[in-house]
Amino acid sequence: MAAALPFRPRRLSRLTNRIMHLALWGLALIFVLVLALFIGSILKQGWSVLNFGFLSRMPETLDAGGGIKPEIFNSLYLVALSLAIALPIGLGAGIYMAEYAGQGRALRFLRLCIETLAATPSIVLALFGMIVFVQMMGWSFSIRSGAVTLALLNIPVITRVTEMSLMAVPRELKEASYGLGATKLQTILKVALPHAATGILTGLVLTAGRAFGESAILVFTAGTNTSQTFPDFRLTVPGETLSVHLWYVTSDGTLPDAREIAAGTAAVMIVVLLALNLSVRVLDRFIRRKTR
Amino acid sequence: MLSPQTPETKPVKLSVRNMDFRYGEKKVLDGLSLDIHAERVTAIIGPSGCGKSTFLKCFNRIHEISAPVKVSGDMMIDGVDIYRGGIDEVDLRRRVGMVFQKPNPFPKSIYENVAFGPRLFGVKDKATLDGIVEDALRKSALWDEVKDRLKESATGMSGGQQQRLCIARALAVNPEVLLMDEPCSALDPIATAKIEELIVELKENLTIVIVTHNMQQAARVSDYTAFFWLGKLIEMDLTERIFTTPRERMTEDYLTGRFG
Repeated sequence: MAAALPFRPRRLSRLTNRIMHLALWGLALIFVLVLALFIGSILKQGWSVLNFGFLSRMPETLDAGGGIKPEIFNSLYLVALSLAIALPIGLGAGIYMAEYAGQGRALRFLRLCIETLAATPSIVLALFGMIVFVQMMGWSFSIRSGAVTLALLNIPVITRVTEMSLMAVPRELKEASYGLGATKLQTILKVALPHAATGILTGLVLTAGRAFGESAILVFTAGTNTSQTFPDFRLTVPGETLSVHLWYVTSDGTLPDAREIAAGTAAVMIVVLLALNLSVRVLDRFIRRKTR
Repeated sequence: MLSPQTPETKPVKLSVRNMDFRYGEKKVLDGLSLDIHAERVTAIIGPSGCGKSTFLKCFNRIHEISAPVKVSGDMMIDGVDIYRGGIDEVDLRRRVGMVFQKPNPFPKSIYENVAFGPRLFGVKDKATLDGIVEDALRKSALWDEVKDRLKESATGMSGGQQQRLCIARALAVNPEVLLMDEPCSALDPIATAKIEELIVELKENLTIVIVTHNMQQAARVSDYTAFFWLGKLIEMDLTERIFTTPRERMTEDYLTGRFG
């Protein structure tokens, strides 16, 4: 007669396995449902307002029927400008931290600085931007004040993403490059950065999305007004963005159709963000096919 | 100094004298002295952790990319000290190529993998590059298999093909020495046989140093064999002699499987 083995019966662990699987699947489903409901309700409310006139008219200050043409432009313009400032700095800092800084105390301090900057609430950055750029530098509420302050929000994220993506480059590939007589710079440019490109790109789009939706910083630095000419590329004019407009019309309350305008603006923002995320997928797949 | 007793016609390419290697406080290699001859295959065998891979990496200073290291004693290539002779480590790595344990092709096309090295040194002309790529692929016995798909990704090749591609990539910068760090440990027996065949062909005008776990492999491909144990060189001699009449009792015990 065989002695009983001191093992737990398999049936029980198989059951737990199945329950966990189901629970996790359920959580994922809830997440998708909430998102679908959320986006659905915003689009449903905004749909009736969304037409060519709304997108192509200038906003009104007292009467109903205003559009959001300059706000769309300002949003995209500010995101582009802030990324143009933040990308070289963030990329450079990220490359430095991943490849050159070593493992010393200096790196830990630098990382602490970046993390602190990343964790700073945007309203605090907003006040900083207003005090330094709007008042001390005398730039007043303008595109340039907004772009520079927004860049402060973007730099730590881009730095971190660049550092992480470079750290994830397999050591074997770098060794192969060094082994052939490549210098450090050649290895970074020809092997590490191409490999890290998809990660950096994804981070960049997430940053763009965050900057696109940011309101607090821009209320205090780019202002709640917009230039009367269109398109106005000057850096010295105020530049109200979509999210600032959304906040302003609902809190100011002078417009009779504030609710509709807010709903339409929200719908436009959601559509732009969806398009942004979709385009990064396509781009990501394209780069992957080219480099792997 | 342990040295083989038969007269050797080929010159000494790499020469090591009283060499120590420290990693932090730990002494990984201890008092090594040996000569490696040009156009010969030298195998380094020994149990895991005996420092044989570390020793190999000292020849092209590749471990310096991850941590500062301390090498004392002499390590010379053509009589010039690798660490103190004013040799630039980047230039050294061009002259002393390396094939790694796991095939590590770049995630690029087959052509771009081989052209990577020459491009580093400023070769831009298409016809010249084509010539170098074909030549390197022929030397690594890969040309006939890949000549029609040079544009395809190298990561889609079989493991054995990838490793031969890595050899081709190393050959494309015309190295004088080729270091191989257990190049077949991730390959099946057929792919291994092909690489071994290649090693024997390549020694025509190359100095090859191969680290291997596989004693039969050392016996098949090498002219000289060095046996390492706990960071020390126990014995080095003609491969034939090491495998038939080793001088040290420890070598014999290891080869017959009594420890290791």
